[in-house]
Amino acid sequence: MAKKERIEVEGKVITVLPNTMFRVELANGHQVLAHISGKMRKHYIKILPGDRVLIELSPYDLSRGRVTYRLK
Amino acid sequence: MVIIKSAEEIAIMRKCGKILAAILDKLRTETRPGIKTSQLDIIVAEELEKRGVIPSFKNYRGFPANLCVSVNDEIVHGIPGERILQEGDIVSLDVGAKLNGFHTDAAITIGLGRISKEAEELIAVTEGSLNSGIAQAISGARVDDISSAIQHYVESKGFSVVREYTGHGVGRDLHEEPPIPNFTVGNGRLLRKGMTLAIEPMVNAGGWHTKLAANQWTVLTDDGRLSAHFEHTIAITDNNAEILV
Repeated sequence: MAKKERIEVEGKVITVLPNTMFRVELANGHQVLAHISGKMRKHYIKILPGDRVLIELSPYDLSRGRVTYRLK
Repeated sequence: MVIIKSAEEIAIMRKCGKILAAILDKLRTETRPGIKTSQLDIIVAEELEKRGVIPSFKNYRGFPANLCVSVNDEIVHGIPGERILQEGDIVSLDVGAKLNGFHTDAAITIGLGRISKEAEELIAVTEGSLNSGIAQAISGARVDDISSAIQHYVESKGFSVVREYTGHGVGRDLHEEPPIPNFTVGNGRLLRKGMTLAIEPMVNAGGWHTKLAANQWTVLTDDGRLSAHFEHTIAITDNNAEILV
């Protein structure tokens, strides 16, 4: 049975942009413009260049995503 | 969290997989023109019970049946019902079974009687793409290696892969981490020995866009063209992946 959920991928933050946007590089070299999730914003999770993060992508627009987790 | 299974746990899944493979073989012979899809559900329910395994799909998030029957433009999650199969239909049969707390999940697509050349090719390409994906599933490779192998195989033959639905880890839960998309998104997660995955390319003859039927389960192709679906449950080992079912 196939699963329907957002596609979760791991990437590395390369630049921090204004308005809590980040440019994240994926393993295949693609760059994604990612927003921070509300839950992380609420808890002031700080994200710096070089951090490995999990991002959620929508299959309709692979150039944008949402940062949902900062990996250790 | 990706769950690594021990050798004993994989042995249980292997046993469960053998049972499920036998049920799929039985379904392959029982599925013929003139049969009602709800009759296939009854056959699966009987077979599962006879062989001492629990249906994985029944009541999973409210799914009402033991198997998914998806005919022609239905991609996945078709609910068995009053529909009578016709000669020339292509039918995807997706079944899951649970033994001692572990799930396995597999699907096949078969053509009934004489089918169109396009349908025949679609089925062959879908099965081929699954095999090319499994060939990449080696400890140390990444999830994206599987995804891109499937996508490139399918698109080189002129078909498209469904993007909104993905393969998945399988084990104590029917759907576990990691998701395995059938198109490349750069999912860099490492494959490690002991991971068990359900890889399932869904291939459309037309575009990849989908729509949901009124029953909120059945997924259809947006353009009404044919779709095929194959699925294996595999275990990652140091060498080539072991196909559990």
